[in-house]
Parts: sequence; structure tokens; C-alpha cells
Amino acid sequence: MNNPYLPEIAIVKEIIQETHNIKTFRLVFKDPDKMEQCVFEPGQVGQLSVFGTGESTFVINSPPTQKEYLQFSVMRAGEVTTKLHSLKVGDQIGVRAPLGNCFPYEAMKGKDIIIVGGGIGMAPLRTLLLYLLDNRQDYGEIKVIYGARSPEDLCFTYEFEQWRQKGADLVLTVDKEFPGWTERVGFVPAVLAEEAPAPMNRVAITCGPPIMIKFVLKGLKELDFADEQIITTLEKRMKCGIGLCGRCNIGTKYVCVDGPVFTQAELNELPAEL
Amino acid sequence: MVMGDLKFCPKEGLSRWVEELSREHTVLVPQQAGDAVEFLPFAEGSELSLDRQPTAPPKKSVFPQTETLMRFEYQKDPEHPDRQTLQIKETLPGKEKTVILGCRPCGARGFSVFDPVFGQGEYLDPYYQARREHTVFVSLACRHPENTCFCNWVGGGPADSAGSDVLMLPAGGGYVLRPVTDQGRQIVEVGGFEDASPEQQTEADRLAEEAAENLSPAPELEEVPDKLFELFENLDFWELMAAKCISCGACTYLCPTCYCFNISDEYSGLQGKRIRTWDNCMSNLFTHEASGHNPRPTKAQRLRNRVGHKFSYYPKLHEQVFACCGCGRCIKSCPMSVDIREIVLSAKEYADE
Repeated sequence: MNNPYLPEIAIVKEIIQETHNIKTFRLVFKDPDKMEQCVFEPGQVGQLSVFGTGESTFVINSPPTQKEYLQFSVMRAGEVTTKLHSLKVGDQIGVRAPLGNCFPYEAMKGKDIIIVGGGIGMAPLRTLLLYLLDNRQDYGEIKVIYGARSPEDLCFTYEFEQWRQKGADLVLTVDKEFPGWTERVGFVPAVLAEEAPAPMNRVAITCGPPIMIKFVLKGLKELDFADEQIITTLEKRMKCGIGLCGRCNIGTKYVCVDGPVFTQAELNELPAEL
Repeated sequence: MVMGDLKFCPKEGLSRWVEELSREHTVLVPQQAGDAVEFLPFAEGSELSLDRQPTAPPKKSVFPQTETLMRFEYQKDPEHPDRQTLQIKETLPGKEKTVILGCRPCGARGFSVFDPVFGQGEYLDPYYQARREHTVFVSLACRHPENTCFCNWVGGGPADSAGSDVLMLPAGGGYVLRPVTDQGRQIVEVGGFEDASPEQQTEADRLAEEAAENLSPAPELEEVPDKLFELFENLDFWELMAAKCISCGACTYLCPTCYCFNISDEYSGLQGKRIRTWDNCMSNLFTHEASGHNPRPTKAQRLRNRVGHKFSYYPKLHEQVFACCGCGRCIKSCPMSVDIREIVLSAKEYADE
């Protein structure tokens, strides 16, 4: 019987220091067959194990169209993430992936897209964005609003030009003026209001700190987006990642298997316990 | 029921049967251990304590309080002294048969709540399944329900067979043995018992009925799952219900249907193990995230989730079955006498108004 608790061993191939507290890890399975067989969808997550410290859940933030490695961006916050940040290239860790559901990229075909991300919340959105850009002809306008506290807190800066070249309308913002910063200034919800994307035939996908999400949702409602058009991806404390250990539920739904991706319409059906 | 399926075990024949079973199985029987009655392995001279409900249910026989999921080892790479390779070794339970004899029907029923979660979903739990498959439950029907017993509220009863392989029904100065599963039938065969006489069968049925009559009448709970859902945002209600709770978790550890668990690593030097341990949803840390955010920061929110899971979420997900077997241990063992029956009834009545 397949043991869903047993991680595969993966090797750290590359580490990118994104910001002072965020690192991106590119991992390959030790067994090349496993790498070959690893099939996942944009938005699915994985459990990373540093044996001796523990296991935590992170979104796979490379797109399925990219086969050479699995990428995870990790913000240093607790024990496991601190340990992950101490890894070196060549170190071995455990990976259980893919887990959970994915962004409804099929249902989004033919539509305009507005992606609204803040801070480390850009990690899951990057997966979706790269997938959409790799299938550019299937989607309408792709606008991305991405904000952070300061220019130094933005991740994936080395990719911005590429995103734009592949057809994303990228709007960058930071909370206040910084010397040398030539893009937008202001909180993400305020920039969303300025950009005012029309809801007609459009899907909004948002992820970021809870306070940002709260005001982005409010902003989208003011722009007349219906709850079915709003998609977010949730985070909860998880252990098993397979719907058994009983801590990530919101009422009858387990974020690890029924999520992490939900529409606002789906969340409205659940108890308010985010 | 096939003719001859019911056997009779005289009182003095019980130890001999258990002894016989213990030759090829680990047999766990309720035994007095200090103030508690615990399920302990039967050894020669062990005395069975069958007169009262065991202090803890037989949950840990299939779902141990702590179990090793895997072992890991780092090895230094001789070519690159600063680098370590990793090895992981799965540690599945062995295939030895275990017999639990003398648990109450509610204790065995607990596993019928576990089964859909650990053995029938998208992900199967190989540790649980291995133990469950190799464990046989011989349950003793209750003659004298306690005043904390409410198995009849949640679909059980003093002679309920859900989750059991054999039922032992007191009668005629011994026990009528009623096999429920094939595994149970094989266990009964080991005893080489005579068929139960029609008189013994009638008496067994009569005593089971009497026991059922001694329980307080069961209220209608059909609407409770929806009513609890409606009450979710009524935090005043939950604060009132949780006022006495001290978040100690005794209720969760003694519950035959509580299955929440934690996974953590223990290690020394370059080796260690990943273990699974029972967890406690009444603890503040249960859902506490590394960012500092906690979706259930107060005891009212945690109690709401525990009662909600048992009487609303679980039944909505699993064919209207409550994730409670009515054993009453949470009531008996609560240092503050929080009574889940009162909470369920208050919810039912609150929504009725």
C-alpha cells in the first residue's frame, strides 16, 4: 500500500535569496524517475520535511510546464522555516507533493485575469501567472498588481521583465516612497481601486496577508465582482496534509484536501473561521 | 443468524478461553491498575475487571497514543565532509493478531467512526489499517448503564454490535457469545463452547432490553447538525457553554472517537524518528500558526469546533453518523463537569426558540 506519510528524498539544487526573510528553493527528487512522474497542477502544495525539525506546507510555485525542478518560496517564521533557511545547495530534504486542489485554470480560459498579490502571497500566484503566460493565447488580458512594504521586500524581481515580455501587464507598488523607486506607491487595495478592472468576463485571484485580502475583497465588491469571480488560496496550520489529522478544517472543509484554493462563493458557505 | 452460531461461555470458562486465545494472540483485557481499569495484556493469573466501564476505551490498541511512522538517518558523505545524505525507513506495524476482550460496545463503536476517515477516503492510513485488520473486538454488553451513559442518543445501545467482532451477552451465570464477523466466529471457535440454549438466548435478550430501558430516553437529534451550523456565529452561546472549560483536554484523550493527531520529529545525533501522537483540539497551540495568527484563539471557539465536529461536520460528511459513541467518559473525567449532552440539548433548544 502506498504510504501517504512517507516523503521522497529531494536535493536542493539552487537557493535564491528573495528578500531579507524569504528564500526560494529549487529541488529535484533524488530518484530521477520520481521527477519524471511528478505531475501537478498550478496551486497545489507540498510538504517539506527537514528531518529532526519537522514538516510544513508550502505551495509549489514553479508551473507544471517547467519540469526540471520543483520550486518553493519560504518565508522564515517558525522552526521548520528557520531550518529550511539554513540549508545549503546539495542538502537533502523530504518532499510530499503534490497535495490539495488547484486554481481553476480551465474555467478561466477565454477570460480576462486580474491577479492581486502582496508579500509572500505572490508565491502561489506566480505558479498560476507562469502557467497562464505559458498558455498566453488561451486567456484575455492578464493584469498583475503586486505590492510589498518596500522595494527590498518584493520577490521574483529578476523575473519582472520576463513576465512583461510574455504579456503580463505588471503593476508594482510599495507602501511608501523610496529613493530610486519609479513604480507605484500605495497599498495594494488602493492601487486596485485606481486600476479599477471591469468585472465583465474577468476573474480575480488574490493572495497576501489577511489584512490585505480583507480590503482587496472589499475593493473587488465595490468594483461589482461577483463572489464566483473571486478566487483565493488559504493557509492553515497543517500536519498530515491528507485530511486526517483534524486541524485545518473550516467547518466541513479541510483546507489541505478541499483547498487551498477556494472561490469567495465557496467560502461564503463555510463558517467564518479563517 | 445461522443456527448454532450462538455459543455459551460459562463464567468459569472465560479465563480458560482467554488463556487459549493468548497462545496465538496478544489479548488485552480490562484489569485493575491502581484506581483505573486499563486494557493490559493477559498473562497467567491476570484478573479480568469486567464490572465497570474501563477508565479509557481500547482506542490505543489500534491508534496508539504515540507511534513511530518512520525512522531517518543522516550519513556523512565521505567525498564531501560538509554534506549529509538522508535515508528514510518506513516502520509499519507487524501482523500479529490482537484480541481486545471485555471492552464495552461503545468502545468498539468508536472505530466505526475512525474507519471512514482512516480506511475509506482518498488517502488511506496504512498504520491504522494494519492494526485494525489484525485486531478483533469481543465486547461485553452492558447490564447496568451509568448515569453518564448516553449511547442510545447516538445510535448505540448496551448490546450494540457496530465495530465489534463478537458480543458477549450476560446470561445464565455466564455469557452468550454472538459472533458478528467471520473473524469473531473464528475467535469463538477457539473456545470449543456448547451451543447456547434457547433459554440462555432468551435471557440474554431480556437482560439487554432491560439495560436499554435503564438508559434515560434519547432525545431527537436529527436537526442538531444544521442547528449547530446555524449557531456558529453566536459566540455568546459558545462562551456560555465553554465558561467552565479549562482546556485540559481530558475529554479528547479519553474519547473513543477523537482522532486528531500531531506529527513531530525526535532525534539524537544523526538519527531519529518521526512520530505521531494524539493531539488535543482544546489546546490553544492546536491551530496556532507560525505567523502568530490563530483561527481558534479562545476556548469557546475550540469547544465550538469539538462539538461541531462531532455533532455537525462529521455527520454531514459521513452519512449522518455522529462522531460520538455516548460512552460519557468526557463527562465523567472532566474536572469541571462540562457535559456534552447539555451542550447538544442547549443547541437544539436554542435554535428551537
